[in-house]
Amino acid sequence: MSTRLEARNITKRFGGLEALRGVSVTAQDEILGLIGPNGAGKTTLFNIICGFLRPTSGAVIFEDRAIHTKRTHEITQSGIARTFQIVKPFSDLTVLDNVLAGLGCHIYATPRVFAEQYSTRTTIEPAREILAFTDLTKWADTLAGNLPIGLQRKLEIARALATQPRLLLLDEPAAGLTSGEADELAVLVRKLRAQGKTIIVIEHNMAFAMNLCQRIVVLAQGEIIAQGTPAQVQTDERVINAYLGH
Amino acid sequence: MDYFVSLAVFAGIWVVLALSLNILMGFAGQVSLGQAAFFAIGAYTSALCALKFDQPFFVGFFAAILVTGFVGAFLGLPSLRVRHDFLVLATMGVNFVVVAIFKYVDFFGGALGLIDIPTPRFFGVNNDIPYLILVWLYVGAAILISWYISKTWTGLALNAVRINEEAAAAVGISVPRFKIYAFIVSAALAGGAGSLYAHYLKSLFPDNFNFIESIVILSMVVVGGVGTLRGPIIGAIILRALPELLREVHDYRFTLYGGLIVLMMLFQPMGLLGDDSTLMRGLRRLFVRKEKVDYEHAA
Repeated sequence: MSTRLEARNITKRFGGLEALRGVSVTAQDEILGLIGPNGAGKTTLFNIICGFLRPTSGAVIFEDRAIHTKRTHEITQSGIARTFQIVKPFSDLTVLDNVLAGLGCHIYATPRVFAEQYSTRTTIEPAREILAFTDLTKWADTLAGNLPIGLQRKLEIARALATQPRLLLLDEPAAGLTSGEADELAVLVRKLRAQGKTIIVIEHNMAFAMNLCQRIVVLAQGEIIAQGTPAQVQTDERVINAYLGH
Repeated sequence: MDYFVSLAVFAGIWVVLALSLNILMGFAGQVSLGQAAFFAIGAYTSALCALKFDQPFFVGFFAAILVTGFVGAFLGLPSLRVRHDFLVLATMGVNFVVVAIFKYVDFFGGALGLIDIPTPRFFGVNNDIPYLILVWLYVGAAILISWYISKTWTGLALNAVRINEEAAAAVGISVPRFKIYAFIVSAALAGGAGSLYAHYLKSLFPDNFNFIESIVILSMVVVGGVGTLRGPIIGAIILRALPELLREVHDYRFTLYGGLIVLMMLFQPMGLLGDDSTLMRGLRRLFVRKEKVDYEHAA
């Protein structure tokens, strides 16, 4: 397994609050779970990887290149895509246009952005493929904001996939889903892994994370308190304590 | 006759101004209360080209477009730091500063303004009809540019920036860059309109470009329908031509604009001709049969 992403000794301070304290995480070609109680620093770590936040100290290395000084759109263009814990679809665009917006990822920084129309046969075809893959085809012409939450979460994944990422960050993708929808989502994520993508999932739904992830990192109060296979993590005393609040 | 020609010239100029603000506001989501500043910079650039440098009309016209586009890139910089209501205040401030510069710097004519700006004559015709045609050709160009942008990746990126900046960045869009693009195009269009205005009016005074003009432009976009093409066009024609035609209304036109904005915000926030406005829904019901669903792909 090759190292896809390495977060090295990340510290992040917000004023007096230390959200992350020297956290080091590596992701190989795998489905990696990031779990921990509220306020553990999971989303902060995601925001640092994606360039929404700068680490106070430490480095993020993606495929042997340091990315923690780059800006979000550059990081996306280099092959990392994410979804959001609180969904942010382009609500007054159609589902199809949302996916097209993702497909534009490698066009936005080129002069083609001025010259080419975004909705043509050559762009719609791959967009439709992504919609079919994520089972959103029949909603293609619906405004994204009118979709129920479960479908909006799927759309976020579809839009992220459209940017052709090699690393996909999913921030609580199963939140608010019925158990049936969560099962479907797990199938989808495994299909993505089978396509060779590295996936990091933040999840509160324990059953979902334990079932899906090959390896799990547990964060609590800005520090890693355990990591290993789901089985190892589940029996770890510090993890049980952290979750029970001792 | 002359009266209607001048009415149509001014209507055309304000249609372009409304379209220019629409690119900024409707496409990129950057609400500006300083559009009259770009209008002013274009007007003064073009007038000064003619008066101080003896250049023919078209040199001034294109200089106006270039200069305002350039200035637009700079005046767009606040939008990278502030959002929403703070940006509105910042653009208001820009409007005041620009008017003040034209008012207090002698090179720009000061409070006495610029006079004797030549109106170009085309094809030896000794009336304003060719000028009117020129104005409406420019309107056509502005419509075409707006339409074209909305179809390209740039249009999609601007939409994304308007709806959610974080999500836009997360699909690889450089939010600052596209905001500045919008400011450049918006400013350049307004600058061209300024040039046409200056050479038609023959004299310019800083007060022609007061903050209140920015409000007028904003109300045209809001009343017509933000983000659509038809909205700003119809909005500008209605709000520009109506008060002229109804003399009694003219003195109260600012009251009318203000009142309209309040009413629109309360009852039709998407504008008279916005995508989901009462009027458009009615029209659609009248003229369009039930939309077909694309079952072919929905399998």
